[in-house]
Amino acid sequence: MLIPRHVRRVLIGVTAVVLLFIHIPLLVVLVNSFNTSRVFGWPPRGLTTQWWSRAVENEGVRSALLTSIKAASAATVLALVLGTMTAFAVSRYRFFGRSVISLVVVLPIALPGIVTGMALNAAFTTTLKPLGIGFGLFTVILGHTTFCVVVVFNNVVARLQRVGVSLQEASADLGARPWTTARLVTFPLLRSALVAGGVLAFGLSFDEIVVTTFTSGPGLQTLPQWIFNNLFRPNQGPIVNAVAAGLLLLSVAPIWAATKLSADPASASGRL
Amino acid sequence: MHRNRKLASLAMLAATALVLSGCGSKTTNTEGEGALNIIVWAGYAEDGSTDPKVDWVTPFEKKTGCQTNVKIGNTSDEMVTLMRSGEYDGVSASGDATLRLIYGGDVAAVDTSRVPNYKTISSFLKDRPWNSADGKMYGIPHGWGANVLMWNSDVVKPAPTSWSVVFDPNSKYAGKITAYDSPIYIADAALYLMKTQPALGIKDPYSLDQKQFDAAVALLTQQRKNIGSYWAAYTDEVSSFGQGSNVVGTAWQVNANLIQGEGKVKVSTTVPAEGATGWSDTWMLSSKAKHPNCMYKWMDWITSPKVNAQVAEYFGEAPAQTLSCDYTADKTFCDTYHALDNKYAESIYYWTTPRAECGDGRGKICVDYADWTKAWTAIKG
Amino acid sequence: MSSQGLTSGGRSVTTAPSGVLARTTTALSRNPRARLALLLSAPMFWLVVLYLGSLATMFAASVWQVDSFTGQVQRTFTWDNFHTLLTNSVYRTIALRTVMVALIVTVLSAVIAVPVALLMAKGLRSSRTRALLVIAISMPLWANYLVKGYAWRIMFDERGVLDWALHPLGGHTPGLGLTATTVALLYLWLPYMILPVYAAFERLPNSLIDAAFDLGGRPWFAFRTVILPLVMPGVIAGSIFTFSLTLGDYIMVKIVGRATQLYANVVYDNIGVAGDLPFAAAAAVFPVLVVVGYLVAVRRTGALESL
Repeated sequence: MLIPRHVRRVLIGVTAVVLLFIHIPLLVVLVNSFNTSRVFGWPPRGLTTQWWSRAVENEGVRSALLTSIKAASAATVLALVLGTMTAFAVSRYRFFGRSVISLVVVLPIALPGIVTGMALNAAFTTTLKPLGIGFGLFTVILGHTTFCVVVVFNNVVARLQRVGVSLQEASADLGARPWTTARLVTFPLLRSALVAGGVLAFGLSFDEIVVTTFTSGPGLQTLPQWIFNNLFRPNQGPIVNAVAAGLLLLSVAPIWAATKLSADPASASGRL
Repeated sequence: MHRNRKLASLAMLAATALVLSGCGSKTTNTEGEGALNIIVWAGYAEDGSTDPKVDWVTPFEKKTGCQTNVKIGNTSDEMVTLMRSGEYDGVSASGDATLRLIYGGDVAAVDTSRVPNYKTISSFLKDRPWNSADGKMYGIPHGWGANVLMWNSDVVKPAPTSWSVVFDPNSKYAGKITAYDSPIYIADAALYLMKTQPALGIKDPYSLDQKQFDAAVALLTQQRKNIGSYWAAYTDEVSSFGQGSNVVGTAWQVNANLIQGEGKVKVSTTVPAEGATGWSDTWMLSSKAKHPNCMYKWMDWITSPKVNAQVAEYFGEAPAQTLSCDYTADKTFCDTYHALDNKYAESIYYWTTPRAECGDGRGKICVDYADWTKAWTAIKG
Repeated sequence: MSSQGLTSGGRSVTTAPSGVLARTTTALSRNPRARLALLLSAPMFWLVVLYLGSLATMFAASVWQVDSFTGQVQRTFTWDNFHTLLTNSVYRTIALRTVMVALIVTVLSAVIAVPVALLMAKGLRSSRTRALLVIAISMPLWANYLVKGYAWRIMFDERGVLDWALHPLGGHTPGLGLTATTVALLYLWLPYMILPVYAAFERLPNSLIDAAFDLGGRPWFAFRTVILPLVMPGVIAGSIFTFSLTLGDYIMVKIVGRATQLYANVVYDNIGVAGDLPFAAAAAVFPVLVVVGYLVAVRRTGALESL
């Protein structure tokens, strides 16, 4: 045993409390989505499934969900490409300004979302608007990609550092063309890092609201925007509850996917 | 029987429309163009996508053949920007957008004879400064509401008749007062000062010069100490009143109804002696409308007694259409919202965006909304 | 490792290439500089031109002003916005409050994260239990941000879960406000702290943990002097998230904070409500300076690589 028993007991105690802290609020959301009351009150006076069926039938929710999926998919693909390219450049080459890059990459996620959002909004207004490109799905994707690059970058860089270059060199020495090496050696080595980075990027984008608010066009609504707009509207409370609970159940999907696709389930959550 | 009545009223409408259009110029083609693009506040043009049971857009499409695209505007600024793109036929504009649209040439004067339902719209909403210019109507009134004074009737006795109950530094209810968390609430303080400190010379709670503005801010800074909690979302107020941590403050009628509906706490509302702030929305026709006839049909549809009743009840405001009061699901709805109460409506100062141009001959010496926002930050601390 | 990459590029392909793709890749593999330029072009266009360019556009506006007559941005130089921000005490109060909340959230999440991560990384025999624990801990990371905020609203509401649970004990919920905001933010960013710390623990060899605790029956001493310094980069990496995400949040405050104002609310209210970009941009300078300063300081510790 690595850790003395009495220390371990303390650790288990702390962890148990933390798990309660993490999961009780989520459980409350689930239970509350069956609350019969129109106006929130705890404990629920009665249980009903009507908010769930109304949430499922709700077209606004459905189209917002579709918008979110479109935006997150596009941002993820772009982030995978850009993040991987940057990761290769940083870990395979030495060049002037190399150390600055890791800072620049992390900046969009480290700076407050409102700063990123406001900056992009100001820039798009002055550059894209005159070109006739209005705010909409396209600008949202541009914004989301900016802060998604970092998670792909971090995962790929870590993997490249771990595996080194010996396998690629060996492949090249054995006469493989660069493309063949990339396909048969490099990509399989990177696959789980790409999956982890991609899932995280998708999650970040799917969940984002601040940058979205500033880059979204009139009429376009992602799911978080829908929730936010309806959270404070009379009569919509119970449906928001059901949507919230539904999203909670849906959030098991990426975890499950990451566990399935990654060889080491413990590192499934990837690197932030 | 119900169905017959509906049919009869439809036939009546059609007949009136025919007669009216016959009276107008013979060259005017009133045929619908098959499509309509409108910008609306959330809740004004429900097509069943929020709740399948809440839908007055689909019946409109079936009746007129105008395929309707609804765009939700989140702020008045956004609505103005969208209207200027020229892509839309109309908008449900609030008082802080209407004048900008009228003087910007973005909306056209409305031929009210082409909107038969206009005749029976509340007279106190017609030809008002925020929806008309040069004696012409620039839109069709839709609905309105007041920011009323609400109190817990078991705790607050006697029933208050003045806003002093929330502004007096020695209010009996200090610590249990609520106020609306938005820069526009400064106007409520200005309105109170307008009536209680005539020396300040406030004529319009939205056009304040620096001295008047500072007085309103000072009043709110002092009120801050007595505030239990501010409310921004309606649920904040419903919760705090339901729990008893707030007992008096500014409210929307919807909030009072929700609290009342729970049956735990009894509340009453009033427009106090000083009057109240409020909102009034107007359907306006774009000057560049590609589907003006469909927009006319929409303006008539949305102010028709039944539909206007439906919208008003869903949104929680007084319908502009006087005949709507016969069609509300809740028969006391119009009384609750004072929909037909002329005196009540006259005591409301409708929300507009404060601008540097005072608009009353004083020139550009008024405090604009950017400074209202900064002041509000300072008040909350 | 990077210089190795350069040399390995030179001797890669021996057979004659055919096709455009092969020719290009070969040419590129012969010329590492060109390959690097190609690799960097797109990401740098994105991050430098698009992102840093946008930041520059915005900050340029901070020395302009909105004309109160026309509502248009006036492009004449003025320090007025900064002057207002520095002289008006309310902005100092809010900035101080925000930094305090960010510090509390960061410290609390570090204190919670270290024992949990230690157990996850080194205290479990079965890898299955470990995987389950990792999933259980990172689960809220995947739940929607607003849903989590909403959950805490339900918890802290005057008629919420806390009040209901505390009532029999004679207690009351503190209600929505600064406390609720701090707890909600702690909740939101906690996994961002636990995961890097967990990764840091995982990298430590088991023998080292073993030896540390064998030092002589004073586990706290062993922990403090041997283990903690080794996982510090992980803690610092996590603190980048907990600190700067707290500094930039304005929505959670709106959901669970009632009228509480954090610094990002000042920025948001001026741009989102009043449309005053110059003032909002000037206000945004403060959190940006704090975060960039923190990042630069932290970069020396190598924590950026442990993100």
